[in-house]
Amino acid sequence: MTALRPYRALLARDLKLAFRRRADLLLPLGFATLVVLLFGIALGGTPERLAPVSAPVIWVTVLLAGFLSLDGLFRPDVEDGTLDGWLGGATSMVGLMYAKAIAHWLLYGLGLTLSTPLLAMLLNLPVDLLPVMLAALAIGTLGATQIGLVAAALTARLRRSGILLALIVMPLYLPLLIFGSGAVDAVRLGESPKGALLLLAAQTVLLCTLAPPAAAAGLRIGSDNPP
Amino acid sequence: MNPVLRWFHQLGSPPYFYRFAGRWMPWFGWSALLLGALGLYLGMVRAPADYLQGDSFRIIYIHVPCAWMSLFVYVVLAVNGTIALIWRIKLSELLLLACAPVGAMFTAITLITGMLWGKPTWGAYWVWDARLTSELVLLFLYFGVIGLASAYDDVRQGARAAAVLALVGVVNVPIIHFSVKWWNTLHQGETVRIFGQSSIDASMVWPLLVMALATKLYFAFAVLLRTRGLLLEQERAKQWARDAVTGAT
Repeated sequence: MTALRPYRALLARDLKLAFRRRADLLLPLGFATLVVLLFGIALGGTPERLAPVSAPVIWVTVLLAGFLSLDGLFRPDVEDGTLDGWLGGATSMVGLMYAKAIAHWLLYGLGLTLSTPLLAMLLNLPVDLLPVMLAALAIGTLGATQIGLVAAALTARLRRSGILLALIVMPLYLPLLIFGSGAVDAVRLGESPKGALLLLAAQTVLLCTLAPPAAAAGLRIGSDNPP
Repeated sequence: MNPVLRWFHQLGSPPYFYRFAGRWMPWFGWSALLLGALGLYLGMVRAPADYLQGDSFRIIYIHVPCAWMSLFVYVVLAVNGTIALIWRIKLSELLLLACAPVGAMFTAITLITGMLWGKPTWGAYWVWDARLTSELVLLFLYFGVIGLASAYDDVRQGARAAAVLALVGVVNVPIIHFSVKWWNTLHQGETVRIFGQSSIDASMVWPLLVMALATKLYFAFAVLLRTRGLLLEQERAKQWARDAVTGAT
């Protein structure tokens, strides 16, 4: 599998870099916990009021926390010239985008998904909803990562991206949120979550197909080899 | 060369397009104004009042044509984005930039008139209706395109980035629309719908079609006007642009 070596190397590099800065890695989780804390306090903290809204609150919190990491997705590579190396090199940009997306999802998507039991506990999420919540989040965050990949690629060369990144990413998150939170709702109402989960997975597959080439095209803008 | 194809190639040249747009703009502008006035007169004065909603239904003569335009302009924008990305035609980049504010305006008008109509009819300015919600998302897609394009210092780079985003958006518009519909029906069943597709009377349709044509013509006028401005700004170092500004042709 030598053909995959550059992509594996990039994946390993991104993971290694992230683990060298463990504090940065834990920041999204800290942010998510804080948002949940604010919601818990604003809602009065009683289980009767928290339980019905806990699933949507967790969804929004996870999407927001994952969003915070997007600005740093390509910026360091643009600043230290790594990106120009990729663009000038013979390795497929689309393949590199896949490596980037997988690293980001492992670090933030999966990381946040695995920490949802903690958030669920704080919000009194009914325990029987937890498995479907975890499944929906694991699938949905991969889709969210792909959307973020494109948005981060398009804003990587700007001096500041902040609110613009939010403006680009949030409307595109909407279908993921609808089906992700719809799957949890279905279980709550005693129905099968299969339909919603499958539609969520279908969207994620579509995003995984289309987003990396779009991100590669986005990164070429403003370089010496425009798309 | 095929004359149609040659005309198309000529249109891609900035000075040619500038003159072409200058020639056609008044026609589009004036016909939009006349047809718009006619459509509003027919719709506001001549069309009969609705048996259920009284006069409040008349807002559809603004609301519906603008809603049609809001989607139509996004498609035009995305088509220009595709042309800009594949063939790198500079003019398409500018057309994309010119489309975005016009489309955002149509979307905003659709939302505002929809909310004004919703108050007497549904009893609330905003309901989480599938169409209203997807229209709101469309507005944010327009804002994203405008924001991204203006964040770049280089106009061409900004237009390219906006083109990629527009393509991502055009793939997502149907997904957003159908997912919102699914979400809406899951929660509250069929939305109150007073208009069926065929339940509208012919005397009420005519003003609507006139208004639809007027908004199309206005769109053509506004895009040509904006593109002319953008062309002059982009090509300000060129001789033809100086001649066009000083009037020495």
